[in-house]
Amino acid sequence: MALTIHCDIVSAEEQIFSGRVELLVASGSEGELGICYGHTPLLTALQPGTVRVVLQGGDEDVFYVSGGYLEVQGDVVTVLANTAIRGGDLDEAAAETARQAAEDALANQSGELDYGRASAQLAEAAAQLATLRKLKNRAGR
Amino acid sequence: MAVGKEIRTKITSIQSTQKITSAMEMVAASKMRRAQDRMELGKPYAQRMRAVVGHIANASAEYRHAYMQEREIKRVGYIIVSSDRGLCGGLNINLFKRALQSMKTHSDEGHAVDLCLVGAKGQAFFASVGGNVVASVRDIGEEPTVEQLIGPVKHTLDAYVDGTIDRLYLVSNDFVNTMTQNPTLQQLLPLRAEEAEQYSHHWDYIYEPDARDLLDGLLARYIESLVYQAVVENGACEQAARMIAMKNASDNAGELIDELQLVYNKARQAAITQELSEIVGGAAAIG
Repeated sequence: MALTIHCDIVSAEEQIFSGRVELLVASGSEGELGICYGHTPLLTALQPGTVRVVLQGGDEDVFYVSGGYLEVQGDVVTVLANTAIRGGDLDEAAAETARQAAEDALANQSGELDYGRASAQLAEAAAQLATLRKLKNRAGR
Repeated sequence: MAVGKEIRTKITSIQSTQKITSAMEMVAASKMRRAQDRMELGKPYAQRMRAVVGHIANASAEYRHAYMQEREIKRVGYIIVSSDRGLCGGLNINLFKRALQSMKTHSDEGHAVDLCLVGAKGQAFFASVGGNVVASVRDIGEEPTVEQLIGPVKHTLDAYVDGTIDRLYLVSNDFVNTMTQNPTLQQLLPLRAEEAEQYSHHWDYIYEPDARDLLDGLLARYIESLVYQAVVENGACEQAARMIAMKNASDNAGELIDELQLVYNKARQAAITQELSEIVGGAAAIG
């Protein structure tokens, strides 16, 4: 059996996940990264995206975070999420609408539009959709 | 019989006041429970965040963040968390006293004071007392969100980074239980390393992207989360204090009604007795 590491996923409003995991995969600011037992201490910023954990025994769980920080310290990995939503709670239609709205906003820039804000919204919506697709693929398998 | 007309009017008016205060008591009780739940929900994040920041403070990092360096004090900042509404007993005034006490210590030593106020009561108080208010936010409501607080917190953090203030305190109420709320003052900046966890060997994190950007963001988040937690906790304190204040008010109204009722009954009895003796006296005079 694979060695496990303790994992906490928390957002300012509530605790999302706490337990032992074999592997945690998140999208850091420098790219995707996976954390297993024995990882060296690490501190990184997270991009909007999916956090996938492989639970003890091989089951998987998927969460969506809209950014935040990830810390590895000893045998504890902590995800400090800005907002974290369980994969199952994500509403695909809402995510698609949000993505569309953000893309439209980017397309017809009328001068005073806040470019940074719009592209952040687009990144979030795209990441939510990616999470949903991952969930669907798994269900379809 | 017009005896005790004023007394009866008074009793009726106190009774309606009592109805209002007991309704407010019940409303505050249910709101308090919700505020306490919210407080519990936010705790894991604050604890994890504190642990991570404690690790950072203990790591032998190549880069010491400005938030962690002690400086000579010329100007201090206070973030004072008060309620938006009144009728909650001495909650706010006790808090302001605690803040003023600390502010006096600093001004005696010749340090200037800047204030960042959260809540309408704080604004009203420091508008009359005086004080250099640099940022404020009000009408937080019963469900505070982190977004509402980012503005004023960022303002004070920027002031710390550019050297306007050299120390930052957070003054808020600590929820002990329903009966007790303690005004507390904690130092936010510079951050104090947690003494509890000590590591014998030298180690440091791998930082991605680089330590400076990462710590800037993370420590700002940390302060935000502390202030958010303080605001949520203050909300629970406010409801608890209001519940107690309204309970006292209802009890006092009850006592007042009892006393007035006694006075009214006595006056009525005296009037009856007087009338009787007049009749008896009149009959005796005729007879």
